[in-house]
Amino acid sequence: MIEVQSLHKRYGSINAVNGVSFEVNRGEILGFLGPNGAGKSTTMKMITGFLRPTSGTVLVDGLDVQEHPVPIKERIGYMPENGPIYGEMTVEEFLDFIADIRGFEDPTQKEDAIDRVCDLCRLNSVRHQSIETLSKGYKQRVGFAQAVLHDPPVLILDEPTDGLDPNQKKEVRKIIKAMAKDKAIILSTHILEEVRALCTRIIIIAKGQVIVDESPDSLMRRNKRYNALAIQFEELDLEVVKQDLKELPEVAAVEINEGAVEVYPKNKQSIEALVLKFCRENQWHISHFEMIPVSLDEVFWELTA
Amino acid sequence: MTQILPLFKREFFGYFRSPVAYVFLIVFLVVSSGLTFYLGRFFDARVASLDAFFSMQPWIYTFFISAVGMRLWAEEKRSGTWELLLTLPVRISEAVMGKFLAGWAFIATGILLTFPLMMTVGYLGDPDWGPIFTGYVGSILMAGSFLAVCSFTSALTKNQVISFVISIVINLGLVFLGWSVFTNLLAFLPLAWVDALSNFSYTTHFNGFTRGLIAFKDLVFFLSLSFVSLLLTVLVLER
Repeated sequence: MIEVQSLHKRYGSINAVNGVSFEVNRGEILGFLGPNGAGKSTTMKMITGFLRPTSGTVLVDGLDVQEHPVPIKERIGYMPENGPIYGEMTVEEFLDFIADIRGFEDPTQKEDAIDRVCDLCRLNSVRHQSIETLSKGYKQRVGFAQAVLHDPPVLILDEPTDGLDPNQKKEVRKIIKAMAKDKAIILSTHILEEVRALCTRIIIIAKGQVIVDESPDSLMRRNKRYNALAIQFEELDLEVVKQDLKELPEVAAVEINEGAVEVYPKNKQSIEALVLKFCRENQWHISHFEMIPVSLDEVFWELTA
Repeated sequence: MTQILPLFKREFFGYFRSPVAYVFLIVFLVVSSGLTFYLGRFFDARVASLDAFFSMQPWIYTFFISAVGMRLWAEEKRSGTWELLLTLPVRISEAVMGKFLAGWAFIATGILLTFPLMMTVGYLGDPDWGPIFTGYVGSILMAGSFLAVCSFTSALTKNQVISFVISIVINLGLVFLGWSVFTNLLAFLPLAWVDALSNFSYTTHFNGFTRGLIAFKDLVFFLSLSFVSLLLTVLVLER
């Protein structure tokens, strides 16, 4: 659906985007991660046809954005960062304007589309308020409503949950997920849990280049503590336990840390059943047993810091 | 080209969503008639015509139209809304046209609201309505050219003040070239040169209209100046 081929964007002597390539298919939600200034927004702006790439191509449905900007813009719903919207208009006027530009000719159809997004984004209570008087959360949702008004097959969202409270974030994620089935979605975010909850694929961009392009699961596997266990025992010599556990062929390493034994598996495989069985056979009494929680933050940190 | 209409509507009514439009219209009307009566000595002339009114217009437009036009693109750039606008399915030329036409319609509204002056000369005397009619046509055409220049300078920057200043400089230059006081200063140049220069002036081409003449060359001047300025706007925005 979206094909990005060796995209470059140069500002003077700075390479903002330096050879980015990837593909997004229908049904995928691609999470764009990266430190500030990594080139996420610039890449998104080039896909939407707002910025002209220095070199490289963007194809949407096989059409080149540079050559066919208008038909491609019809297929894309884009929510820019910080929701720049005409503040002096009311929500209703603004959505009406977008609907006119998006080519809704039949008035009832237009009305239906506006009603639908107002319901979807819970904007009904502020429909007749001018946008500049709204809170950031509402503004953000107006920006989102505008992007999905024409039910586009391609959705590009630059930090869609930025500025929302936790409940609203959850809601927006739910909406995005519900729409994902027949769309290709690219979203950028700083919130790593969001990516994990929402995306089917993750791309990490740093210094204008793609450094990771894989599923959230395999990204998690990069964490050295993925599938590692922390076990506490009742009255046992931890050194002995450590030596014995090390003998297991599936175990890569064992460490003692703050009174707990940490067991690291080989090849990040799942070993909890195996280790439990082993403890029972040795009649070790376990007082606490857990999988060490792993977060994307650490992986992100290791990859980009 | 169907996309121009929604853009035009949004932009045109946008003027009236803020108090700026009303302030502009009122001040424009006060200044237009004030200059006509005091500087133009409307009554002393004892002639039932709007010559005094029309002769002030290039000067008034230099400032007022720059004030309207400075926000055309600079404001969109500053607030970031041009990112939204240019990712909607519109051609840049359509966006430029829609915004320009809306601004022009707004200014034309202001010009037409000077109709009480027309009624005054009608009441006081027996004016020749021909030149008044062509004067208004020329005035609106000329306003379009002023605004098109502003559209270009506004697209160059996201700072409205910069846009305002540059457009005043360009428009004032194009007014000066046809002003007798200025052309007299150029007396050291061959006459043909001075004539050629003053052919680039608003005033030179506007004079015909105020005398009841719609000359082809004057029409071409205003329309081509507008066209070229708008084309430059598109080129700047396509970057």
